[in-house]
Order: sequence, then C-alpha cells, then structure tokens
Amino acid sequence: MKKNHQSKVIIWALRLSTYFIVMVVGYLLFDIIVKGLPTISWSFIFDLPRHSGAEGGILPAIVGTIYLVLGSMIFALPLGMASAIYLSEYAFQGRFNRYVRLAIITLAGVPSVVFGLFGLGLFVLFFGFGASILSGSLTLAFMILPTIIVSSEEALQAVPKGLREGSLALGATMWQTVYKNVLPYALPGMFTGSILGIGRAAGETAPILLTVAAFFLPRLPNSIFDQVMALPYHLYVLATQHPDAQKVLPMQYGTALVLIVIVVFFNLTAIILRNHFRKKIQW
Amino acid sequence: MNSWRDKLIYIILVGSASTSILIVVLIFVFLGKEAFSFIWDPGFSELWHTKWIPVSFKKEIFGILPLMTGTLLVTALATLLMIPFGVLGAIYVAELASDSERQILKPFIEILAGVPSVVIGFFGLVVLSPIIKHLFGLNTGLTALTGAILLAFMAIPTVLTVSEDAIQSVPRAFREASLALGANQLQTIFRIIVPAALPGIIAAIMLGVGRVIGETMAVLMVTGNAAKITLNPFDSVRTMTATIAAEMGEVAFGSHHYQALFWIGIFLLIMTFLLNLMAQRVLRKYQMR
Repeated sequence: MKKNHQSKVIIWALRLSTYFIVMVVGYLLFDIIVKGLPTISWSFIFDLPRHSGAEGGILPAIVGTIYLVLGSMIFALPLGMASAIYLSEYAFQGRFNRYVRLAIITLAGVPSVVFGLFGLGLFVLFFGFGASILSGSLTLAFMILPTIIVSSEEALQAVPKGLREGSLALGATMWQTVYKNVLPYALPGMFTGSILGIGRAAGETAPILLTVAAFFLPRLPNSIFDQVMALPYHLYVLATQHPDAQKVLPMQYGTALVLIVIVVFFNLTAIILRNHFRKKIQW
Repeated sequence: MNSWRDKLIYIILVGSASTSILIVVLIFVFLGKEAFSFIWDPGFSELWHTKWIPVSFKKEIFGILPLMTGTLLVTALATLLMIPFGVLGAIYVAELASDSERQILKPFIEILAGVPSVVIGFFGLVVLSPIIKHLFGLNTGLTALTGAILLAFMAIPTVLTVSEDAIQSVPRAFREASLALGANQLQTIFRIIVPAALPGIIAAIMLGVGRVIGETMAVLMVTGNAAKITLNPFDSVRTMTATIAAEMGEVAFGSHHYQALFWIGIFLLIMTFLLNLMAQRVLRKYQMR
C-alpha cells in the first residue's frame, strides 16, 4: 500500500515537470498575444516605420522576411529534395553516402552565427554580393538544407519497397521508377519537411544579422542586391538598441506577435499535414 | 534516349548530394581564410589573454578566455536545468501519458522547438529578467542564470524528442519480461527501460548542449554581455556567440578585431562539430537510429 502511494507521487512529479514546460510555452504565447494584439492594426502591418521604428508600421520588415524565406526556398528546396532522392533511392550505402551523411549532420550542428560568418566571408565579401537579399537567402538556404534533406528522406523511406521493385521488374529505369512510383507518394511528406524549414528561416536572426539585415530602412527593396529589414532583427533592434526601449514596448510586442504568427503558422501547417498524410496513406 | 536522360538526372542528383560536403568544406575554408593571418600578426598567443578589450585607445586585447568561460558557465547551468525537464518529460510522454495527453503535449513541444530564438530572448528580457532581479535582489536581471534558463528552455524540445525516440526503441520484450516478473510500472521504467535507453538519452543531452553552445540571440539579449571571467551565475557574462553577433556589425573588415571574431567562430564550430560527432557515434553504436 505504501509502495503504491510512493509510485503515485513519482508519477505526479513526472507529470508536473512535463506540464510545467507546456505551461511556460502557453504563458509565452498568451503574453505575446495579449500584449501584442492591441498594437496590430491595418497601419501597423502596411505602413513604413517612422522615427527609427518608434512609430508607424513594420511593412518593410514583413516584406523582407518574406523575400528571405522565398529566396532561401528557391535554393534549398531543389537541392535538398534532389539530395534526399539520391541518398534514399540511388546510394543506399558506400563511402560517398557516408561522407554526405556526415556532412549533413555537421551542417545541422553548425551554430547559426557561424553560418552568418560563413555567409559574410563567402557571399558578401568573396562573391561581392554585399549585404543583400541574395547573400542572406543563400546563407539561410544552406542553414535549412539539413532539415529539408532529413525530412524528405524520411518521406521517401516510408514508401514501401514493393512499389520500386514492381516497377523495376517491369523494365522501368531507375528514374522512371522514382518519378512515377515513389515521388507521387513521398511528395506530401517532402513538402512538410520544407515547411518546417521555412519556419526556421523566417525566425533566424544571427545569420541575417551579418549578411543582409538593415538596422532601419523605411522603404521596400528594389532588387536582390538590396538590403532589407527583417522581422526577427527588427524585434532585436527595438528591444535592445532603441534609446527608449520602454516606450516602444507595444511595437516590440506587436512585432513579436507578427513573427510568431508567421512561424507558428508554418509549423502547425506542417504538423497537421504530416498527421493527415500519415493517416491517409495506408500501405 | 532514356539511358541518356537517366544519366543526366543521376549526375544532377549526385551533384546536389555533394553540395552538403562542399558547403562543410567551404565553411571551414572561409572561416579559416578570414582568420588566418592573425596567427602571425599579432600572433596566435594573443588569443589567450584573460581580457577582451577589442576597442581601445591604447592597446586592444583579444583574449577569448572570458568569452569561453562565459559560454561554459551559461552552458553548464543550462545543461543542469534541461536534463531533468527534458529527460523526465521524455519518460512521461513515452511511457506514462495517455494517447489523448500525448496529442496535446507533442504539438506544444513542437511549437516550442519552432519559436524563434529572438522571441525567446525578448520574452526573457521583458518577463524573466525582472523576475530574476527581484527574486534574488540583484542590481540587474541580465545574468548568466537568466540566459541559462532561456537556453535550457530552447534545448528541451531537442532533448525530449531524441530521448523519447530512444525510450521508444527499447524492445517491447524488455518491458513485458519485467512486468511478467512482477515488477511494477515504475520499477520497469527506471530499472529496465531507462538504463536500456541511456546511450540514446546521453546522445540527446549532447545534441541539446550543442544547441545551447551555438545559440546566439537569446544570450545576446539577456546575459548582460560583460566580458569577465566568473563562475557566479548572478554575474553578467558575454558568450562567444553573442560577441560575434554584437561586434561583427561595427568592425573594420580585415582588422585584427575582425580576425579575432572569426577565430571565435572557428572555436565554436570545432566545439559543436565534436559534440555532434560524439552524439551520432553513440546513437549509431547503440542502433538508436
């Protein structure tokens, strides 16, 4: 009887420590939504900032973040999906495969600020792109590449072997098999992975800090060689660099809310889609 | 015709897969390229001073030791905090939670994994640091501890998810044999399942530590950024990542200061690379993946 009592206490301790995390996440979201919502208005989203961000809206930062996300997707998506197809369908093992895998693991662990240094050294200075949308997009693309490769590969692996073997046995080539019999079933899962990548690209600050982000630039970019403002960096600037941080607190909350809505929207979409396809596709 | 097209596609695929290797090589090459000449002028030993004074009228000092101890202190504290929550959470989610509970818990953890670090830093700045300040009666809430709490929080999803995978990959037979022998649920968990999953849990913690070391924005915003050697959690510290992010914007390209910042990047890269490599070794050795 006493034993039973003791184990109940332990189970409750485990439960509480788990729910504590959930509560803090809930409080974070609640705090930002409640304090950010009053700031959100038509003009906050669609106006240019004035007085170094103390007044006006955040349109350039939103547009900048969208450009960066799209830019990084253009580079990372084809590269990541092609890598995953190669790793999963063409080269199951062997030395090259091992090296590629090691490289992916390494990339996944590289700190974001180091990606920033790399982007600064390679794109901004060596290629001479300057601090620009192009440099920032490329840097972010390489940062999210591992996410896209790993989740795309998982989606490909989930397609049963029989579909490939049947196709190959009927005389189809490798690519015909992959294109007609594997990709159609794996694509939803592959896109889910890329949505997670988008979420990450939208929220990262350190890499764009060194390669693209403008402190205060109250206009929209003209070309891919232009600097832009970006939501995460704008939030950082308002929260820590602004001379009167207390006064612009509503602007900070508003920016945080917009950023979190964008990121959480992408993540939730990915989670829901993944669960949907897991249920729908039954082998 | 077909074989020609297949070959072309094969080449494209191999090329794409090689980019990952190419990027890793380029990262090392370009970090090294920018940092290189510091070795002779002013000399590699200049990095091992105990003071970091990159801007000065007299003599600049580029000692990265205070930055390393800053990173070390914050990382150690964050690790102490993330282990109980991450591992106990994983045990609960994998073994004790009901299906409907899991449906609520998992999305929350995935959302936490997705919250941008600058938002976590912002939350730390406006919510957590005043709490720390009043709770411990400090002059400022911008301390190593504040940063460590945020970092632990950010690393928990990694630790929890990877640990949970490890726990779930323990063969069913272990569980059933233990229960059949009369052990209760908790005895089975703590004597059989957790020990069997331990390598995976350790790897999870290592991945979490790697994440903590590399995290930039949150620490930049809440640790106070005072470059000094200290082991007091209530002191302000300046981490390696924060130093790069804060100073790279104002530095003259090619200057000693600029090169020193790239050296910090190289050390960061080596540290996280080794941690990740070890974690993957452990995971692979015990067939957790």
